[in-house]
Amino acid sequence: MSRDAAIVGVAESDLGLTGASILTLQTQATRAALDDAGLTLRDVDGLCTNGLSRFSTTQLAEYLGISPVWTDSTFAGGASYEIFVARAAEAIRSGLCTTVLIAYASNQRSARSRSLGGVAEPHAPGTWYEAPYGALDPISLYAMAARRHMHEFGTTPQQLAEVAVAARAWALLNPKAFHHGSGPLTVDAVLASPIVSSPLHALDCCLVTDGGGAVVMTTLERAGALRRPAVRVLGYGEATTNMSMSQIPDLTRTGAADASARAFAMAGLGSAEMDVVQLYDSFTITVLLTLEALGFCARGESGAFASGGRLGPGGDRPINTSGGGLSYCHPGMFGIFLVIEAVRQLRGEAGARQLPRARTAVCHGTGGILSTHATVILGRA
Amino acid sequence: MTTTSARPEMDAVAREWWDATREKRLLVQRCRGCGEHQFYPRSICRACGDPDVSFVAASGRGSVYSFTVVHRAPSADFVPPYAVALVRLAEGPLMLTRIVETDLVAIACDQAVDVRWLPLEDGRHLPVFALGKGS
Repeated sequence: MSRDAAIVGVAESDLGLTGASILTLQTQATRAALDDAGLTLRDVDGLCTNGLSRFSTTQLAEYLGISPVWTDSTFAGGASYEIFVARAAEAIRSGLCTTVLIAYASNQRSARSRSLGGVAEPHAPGTWYEAPYGALDPISLYAMAARRHMHEFGTTPQQLAEVAVAARAWALLNPKAFHHGSGPLTVDAVLASPIVSSPLHALDCCLVTDGGGAVVMTTLERAGALRRPAVRVLGYGEATTNMSMSQIPDLTRTGAADASARAFAMAGLGSAEMDVVQLYDSFTITVLLTLEALGFCARGESGAFASGGRLGPGGDRPINTSGGGLSYCHPGMFGIFLVIEAVRQLRGEAGARQLPRARTAVCHGTGGILSTHATVILGRA
Repeated sequence: MTTTSARPEMDAVAREWWDATREKRLLVQRCRGCGEHQFYPRSICRACGDPDVSFVAASGRGSVYSFTVVHRAPSADFVPPYAVALVRLAEGPLMLTRIVETDLVAIACDQAVDVRWLPLEDGRHLPVFALGKGS
């Protein structure tokens, strides 16, 4: 019990358009998260990051001047940082290390490093067989998931747009959100934005911003003596399904169903018991698929479920209270920001967007083209 | 359409598959152990793990599992709008492709499609699909 893992510090770096380097943003977030916890770099003996370079943890450790005894650089796109929370919890529990820093940053808005075509991997069959067709990566795969969901279940573009409308409403309550000052969004405005890859419009797609985040984890025993209320890691699960577009097992039942089932079983809790819900919103369809996969509604019913403002402030199933990747920030991989917002809600620090009841939380990361899926269940200590 | 040339990083089965497109032959693999068909080709059966997989001719028929009309080009090689699709081949596997020879608004999920071939600069052909007569 004493070596059960807890989250004791969280923070973002500057967000939006920063002009800063990746390591500068990671350092900002790291210092702020350690300060939040009341710890220093000297306390850190485990490190998780990715996407920085081939030797991502090695590079960040060197830059920060630390020599971790345990590291993890798993690359699973948007699911990576839920996976890191799980791996760190295991490492802490088993005694491999005591205090883990999980840090991420990207400067992709400033660096203009994001391509609509995705990244061509020379050794990947997806490049050999699929690149000649000109699909947008990842947008076109999510677009085809949305099209199939519409075909099978009668889901409408208006229902997809409701997800973006709710995200914007939350962003208006979050001073750090990219769209904090942009005013409310309407379903009609989403539908009037240009189609990128049908049926997805520009406003069905997440932002491209700079930004970094950091999460500090340690033993529950040690957490009790620290600055903030500890948040316990109650369960986690993951699933890996496909890398190429043609290898997706099912466009409307994603690996999130299996990943979340494992996490809920470990926690001994179910979706109905989750107060705080943070779901990766790379695209509006990602949220609908994940609501079904995690059991918040039945398969095929997410379109109706998301309608009528239910996901937004004052709704009866609030999600993505930060404004999400659609309206708060999306620096390439959003997974760490799901955890940061969940922790703030559980601690009661979310200000104007604070949920009245916040004792349990679920964070679900989705990476690649519905490729990687990871769920983390958190609870107040 | 793209003029992407054969890539030196491709494995042997990928070269064999692409070579067949010179004669407009669409291949899939079949496992001699369990009988499953698979696409894309590889050196192991994804259903049972048996390495004894061989190429067989596909019928060239399929149905639209899903599709998307791309309105923004991923690079200067492409001129939108065009329809990218996941087609379920009659043999079972999914394939990423394009739907051609049609008004883009006429495409729907589950429509029957038949293979067509677009020539590439180096003599290979790119398999694409057109809406079938029955649809």
